[in-house]
Amino acid sequence: MEAICEDNLDKDEVRERFGCVIGVKDVSFSVAEGEIFCIMGLSGSGKSTLIRHVNRLIEPTAGKVLIEGIDINGLNAAALRELRASRIGMVFQNMALMPHRTVRDNVAFALEVRGADRAGRRAVADRAINDVELGGWEDRYPDELSGGMQQRVGLARAIAADPHILLMDEPFSALDPLIRRQLQTQFMRLAAELRKTTLFITHDLDEAIRIGDRIAVMKDGVLIQTGTPEQIVTEPADDYVAEFVSGISKLHLVTAARIMEPLAKWEAKNGPYRADGALSAAPDATLDRLAELSIETDEPLAIKADGRVLGIVTKKALIRGIQGRSVEEAEV
Amino acid sequence: MAEDKSLNLLDPFTAIDLGIADWADGIKDWASANRDTIQPAKRAINDIIVGIDDIFQAIPPVVMILIIALLAWQLAGRRVGVIVVVALVALGLLDPRAWSLAMTTLAIVLSSVFVCMVIGLPLGILTAKSERLQTLLRPVLDTMQTIPAFVYLVPVVMLVGIGNVSGIIVTVIFALPPLIRLTALGIQQVDGNVVEAARAFGASPRQIMLKVELPLALPTIMAGVNQTIMLALSMVVIASMIAVKGLGNEVLRAMGRLDAGMAIVGGLGIVILAVVLDRISQGVAQTGRERGHRHWWEAGPVGVVLRAMRGPKAATQIAARSSAQAGKLQDITGPDKNEKGVNT
Repeated sequence: MEAICEDNLDKDEVRERFGCVIGVKDVSFSVAEGEIFCIMGLSGSGKSTLIRHVNRLIEPTAGKVLIEGIDINGLNAAALRELRASRIGMVFQNMALMPHRTVRDNVAFALEVRGADRAGRRAVADRAINDVELGGWEDRYPDELSGGMQQRVGLARAIAADPHILLMDEPFSALDPLIRRQLQTQFMRLAAELRKTTLFITHDLDEAIRIGDRIAVMKDGVLIQTGTPEQIVTEPADDYVAEFVSGISKLHLVTAARIMEPLAKWEAKNGPYRADGALSAAPDATLDRLAELSIETDEPLAIKADGRVLGIVTKKALIRGIQGRSVEEAEV
Repeated sequence: MAEDKSLNLLDPFTAIDLGIADWADGIKDWASANRDTIQPAKRAINDIIVGIDDIFQAIPPVVMILIIALLAWQLAGRRVGVIVVVALVALGLLDPRAWSLAMTTLAIVLSSVFVCMVIGLPLGILTAKSERLQTLLRPVLDTMQTIPAFVYLVPVVMLVGIGNVSGIIVTVIFALPPLIRLTALGIQQVDGNVVEAARAFGASPRQIMLKVELPLALPTIMAGVNQTIMLALSMVVIASMIAVKGLGNEVLRAMGRLDAGMAIVGGLGIVILAVVLDRISQGVAQTGRERGHRHWWEAGPVGVVLRAMRGPKAATQIAARSSAQAGKLQDITGPDKNEKGVNT
């Protein structure tokens, strides 16, 4: 193990020398309370392995996981079970509902395991079921539900015990696109309401951008880049990430502040700027909004904050921005 | 003879005698040396079996048919209930003595199956969890299933003497393997994702076993129980060679006398008993949901009685309850937060 860390071997070298595979290596990040942190990577990138370390479904060979300041690797079996039952909720890609239990009994499982009484369990479960809009289905069995509904049961099960942390292991990947979008919307509404600290695994960058406050991109067990959706899309750390984000629409992600030319620079090139008559937008306006304004006028757009012009967005810069290229890069 | 004893490299086996047969024969001496410890245990077990037999004999056949039929209806549905009644009446009509003999056989078979379950279920669960035990147990189970019953008949009789207890031992040796195998198989086949989910929500290994693995493995385990019952029944004739009474003994005696009629009566009796036990145990393996109801108490004779007791009020009550539920929900969720804290 030390040899691997010290020599900084990569995946293939380790496999050759020790006959085992690195799942996750040298990954360090922290998630703030109430934040939705997406981990994006293709299959085999180690993201599911990573998330299973957080509740110790997989024991780490080395390294630490701290939850609210406590090193969970130091917990004994009983404390670990208590942590899993009361503080961490998990949603699985394959739903993993218990086919022999009704929806209500599935949702109440964490409470049942902790020894909650029947009436309390029922009330909590029914509320969680209502939260995911499955009221009326409490006494049905999982196989009587559609895939989307089953995953809503999975979500209800995860939030029923009112945990602080949600682990979502590709929860919507197995669903068809329309249902997936519905569930994403529902999840975002629920997340805004409940403010759970969420670790969200996905292989879908669109999903990560839509849901995540921050995104980490993972490849071969290593984190390549961590940042806000806008950072990931506009400043990809390497070609791998760049290739990923190339197909992503920038319209709703990139803001005016990023593509505008600072006023001083613009004036140096084009002479003094006369603000009168030009349409203006705030620095955090999206490209979509700028495009909307740009249709109305032939003049460049002024980006204003507190009544002061900060920079200028020309039509050219706007179109390049939508393409995902900067003006300079395109002119070279 | 002298040249036979010399070692011939091409045919070495005739000259080598490791004395395995003599060594195995030593079991007789061991048994007679430990007679005082074996006999009291044997007598106690025998008393239990005879007690069960006495109870079965004391119950009038019509009452017994009713009991078994109600049991079958509850456990396996109405159709099986009807089949059981027809089969048992046919059994009684076979011969004036058939019913009494069948009850003796039933007592022995049920005792054997009970012993098999006591040994087989825990062993099956352990086997499912331990690769090593499985490798260790596999040749033993293979031996138990394939070795001719006559081989262990003699040592068992040497050890505990003839009678019901030996009969049960012999039956268990033959009937136990499928239960162990199918219990292990059932548990190993449980979806690993579901077990992982149970772990992720804080279930202990014990809770995972009781709340997830065993319920999901139940159909396979019940198939094992069913197989064990069938194998136990197929042993009754052989067991009758060591003085176990019942239908098997009829067949054995008929063979001795070349009495075809008597053999057919005994044989048919065994077959009918097999049909009855098979249908009931297979019905148990089906979940209630497959037969179209949610809880076991909603179906069968218990369901009929409960519905009759509640009367027509029940239907209106249920409707009222579900409509009230929506209104009540907010009241319930309020104080509930505190309750949860107490339970942690």
